[in-house]
Amino acid sequence: MSAEKKTVTLNMGPQHPSTHGVLRVKLELDGERVVTAEPIIGYLHTGIEKTMESMLYYKAIPATDRMDYLAPMSNNLGYCLAVEKLMDIEVPEKVKWARVCLVELTRVASHLVWLGTHSIDLGAMSMLMYAFRERELIIDLYEACGGQRMMTSYIRIGGLASDLPADFEKKVRNIIKTIREKMKDYDKLLTENPIFIMRTKGVAVISAEDAINYCLSGPMLRGCGVNYDVRKANPYSGYENFDFDVPLGKNGDAYDRYLIRMEEMRQSLKIAEQAIDGMPEGPYRAHVPGVVLPPKEDVLYKMESMIFHFKIITDGFEAPVGSVYQAIESPKGELGFYITGDGTNIPRRVRVRPPSFVNLGALPILTEGHLLADVVCAIGSIDIVLGEVDR
Amino acid sequence: MRTELSEFLKSKFADSLTEQELFRDQQSFVVKPDSIVSVCEALLNDENLEVKFLADITCVDWLGHEQEKQGRFEVVYNLYSYKHSYRFFLKVRLDGESPCVRTLTGLWKGANWLEREVFDLFGIKFEGHPNLTKIVTPDELEGHPLRKDFPLTWEQPVFSWNKDDPPEVRNER
Repeated sequence: MSAEKKTVTLNMGPQHPSTHGVLRVKLELDGERVVTAEPIIGYLHTGIEKTMESMLYYKAIPATDRMDYLAPMSNNLGYCLAVEKLMDIEVPEKVKWARVCLVELTRVASHLVWLGTHSIDLGAMSMLMYAFRERELIIDLYEACGGQRMMTSYIRIGGLASDLPADFEKKVRNIIKTIREKMKDYDKLLTENPIFIMRTKGVAVISAEDAINYCLSGPMLRGCGVNYDVRKANPYSGYENFDFDVPLGKNGDAYDRYLIRMEEMRQSLKIAEQAIDGMPEGPYRAHVPGVVLPPKEDVLYKMESMIFHFKIITDGFEAPVGSVYQAIESPKGELGFYITGDGTNIPRRVRVRPPSFVNLGALPILTEGHLLADVVCAIGSIDIVLGEVDR
Repeated sequence: MRTELSEFLKSKFADSLTEQELFRDQQSFVVKPDSIVSVCEALLNDENLEVKFLADITCVDWLGHEQEKQGRFEVVYNLYSYKHSYRFFLKVRLDGESPCVRTLTGLWKGANWLEREVFDLFGIKFEGHPNLTKIVTPDELEGHPLRKDFPLTWEQPVFSWNKDDPPEVRNER
């Protein structure tokens, strides 16, 4: 350190437990105060968009799981809705309701991981174990549906990978009941915990104007009182049929974002309950020959279905020339897929609008001028997943 | 909102608006590259439209497609109005030689990272950007991976196993 330089450069990450993955933050410190904070990303860049642009439309679904690996169903849904929009496919009612149910439980699972890791960052050790214990129930449900615990790929173009399991309703009701009960414990542990409040209230503050200027979305935006939730503003997959509230914050600090995510979990459970109550009967895939795979049972016994299955698997389907964008409200914010078809069976462009990436861009304004210890709280309260930031 | 928006752009930017599209209920406008900042500024500040949210900036490479004649690169600005719950797209067509467009960082600070990503992956230059550097690819990597002439399996960094002899690209096209 030279004599005239008064600040210290500190590298936080890429291997640091509180950066939630391989995020590196280059900090200039003046004592305990952060002068500048520069997030450096790209350590997990695997070219997912390039990969998706080189394969048939439905083969890209497993790649979507691997972006936000804490909310695989949301990513599946976003991609499938975009392709369905491009191909102009209408899915059966049952599929819509089942998707809503699964995606809302995914939001709960994702928020549980956030709750556990965020509170362990701030020193509340026991929360992590409780949160993961409850998340396990939802992961078990994934396994019952798609056979996979994390990389589900359960939502497919035009429907679902298979019909819902026989004990789906029982499992979902058990999840709703258990998590509702346990959320009371979380409230007792954190919401009025003086240490937790001191670590989060008034920390990592962003104003509504700045949040809009930084293009934020999700709880980061709603934490400062801007009412924008894709589920309400532009309903997709039948969200207009559900009754739920969008919680809003006032101060735009880490504590408000905590309260919003807790309330979102309660609302998600409410939506999942409505979905399971009103689940209609019907097929689990749309009937669109040549585009949507026929049900597996038919493929085994019907000649025509087998031919279609073979054709779609080997050649795919040709998409029209044109671009579509479909946004969904993922647990992290607005997740969008911009897909450009060019008349062939391979997409010309698949762009993912990653909420974590855009939200992370606001890290400097959240931390500069504040204490080093609050950087940990700021990163935690943005709720990033580096798989999605870097893609 | 749809008619209001196209009326607004037609009346104020008749010279720079070259094309309008409506595909799957989504409205997009093609504008001339040199007017993108003024169009966005007018939309942002208009009291009636209030287009406040820049959701995304991305790019499409039309190499080898008949659309390439109109410009190889198509930079897409994804804009949204909270007030009207309405989304639309502004598109700018750029040639393949030295694609360049003015930056939007003066209007939205969030454009900073979005533009850096487009620069990194497509090589589009954003004039006036405060820090136009690579964001996701390694520093050693030459070229822009999402361009269609960048091979799928090419790995350049020194630890690469196929640095001198990349395998043939398997493209299902």
